[in-house]
Amino acid sequence: MRGRNFLTGFLLAAGSAAGTVLYRRRAARRRERVQLYFGDGSMVSLTEGSPEAERLLAHARKLLAAARS
Amino acid sequence: MAQTAQALADLTEISSQIESAVAFDREGTVVASTVDDERAGRLATTALELLNAAEEHGTDGKELAQLDVALQDGSVFVVRDSDRLIVATTTPEPTAGLVFYDLKSALRGMGEPEKPKRAAPKRATPRKKKDAGS
Repeated sequence: MRGRNFLTGFLLAAGSAAGTVLYRRRAARRRERVQLYFGDGSMVSLTEGSPEAERLLAHARKLLAAARS
Repeated sequence: MAQTAQALADLTEISSQIESAVAFDREGTVVASTVDDERAGRLATTALELLNAAEEHGTDGKELAQLDVALQDGSVFVVRDSDRLIVATTTPEPTAGLVFYDLKSALRGMGEPEKPKRAAPKRATPRKKKDAGS
């Protein structure tokens, strides 16, 4: 009986941990972001919320709207 | 010119994620596109604005080679090869690596000089088997 309770608890904990990881990963992917790749191989990533990203995101939104209009 | 248009046509045929693509130069002159001229002009102008704003993030004379912007309802990609550029819009959550690869291949295809068509090699006429009796 004790063993079954332990197994149920363990499975619940593992399931919720896996669910949290998947949810966070999906949420991160859905976040708007800008990635800049430079000639020397370096990369700068800007996520929504920062003023630098917002300026670039605004240009990109305008571009996407123009493409689909 | 026809070669550039063909490269873009191949691009949209190869990649199902790419919705539209415009090839242009640093002055914003459209070289080829998969959309009508008016929209292509607007896309090239806006892509240049985006590129100029993005270049401000480069320090120590670093040159921006490519960028991608992921939005809720789609993504924007810009790839540069010296004076030639290509901008593409895609469906949401595209495979960025594949899109960059396809765009770079298209840009390279545009730069290559048109190869002259070679005549098909002549087939060697099969030798007649010698008769065992002769």
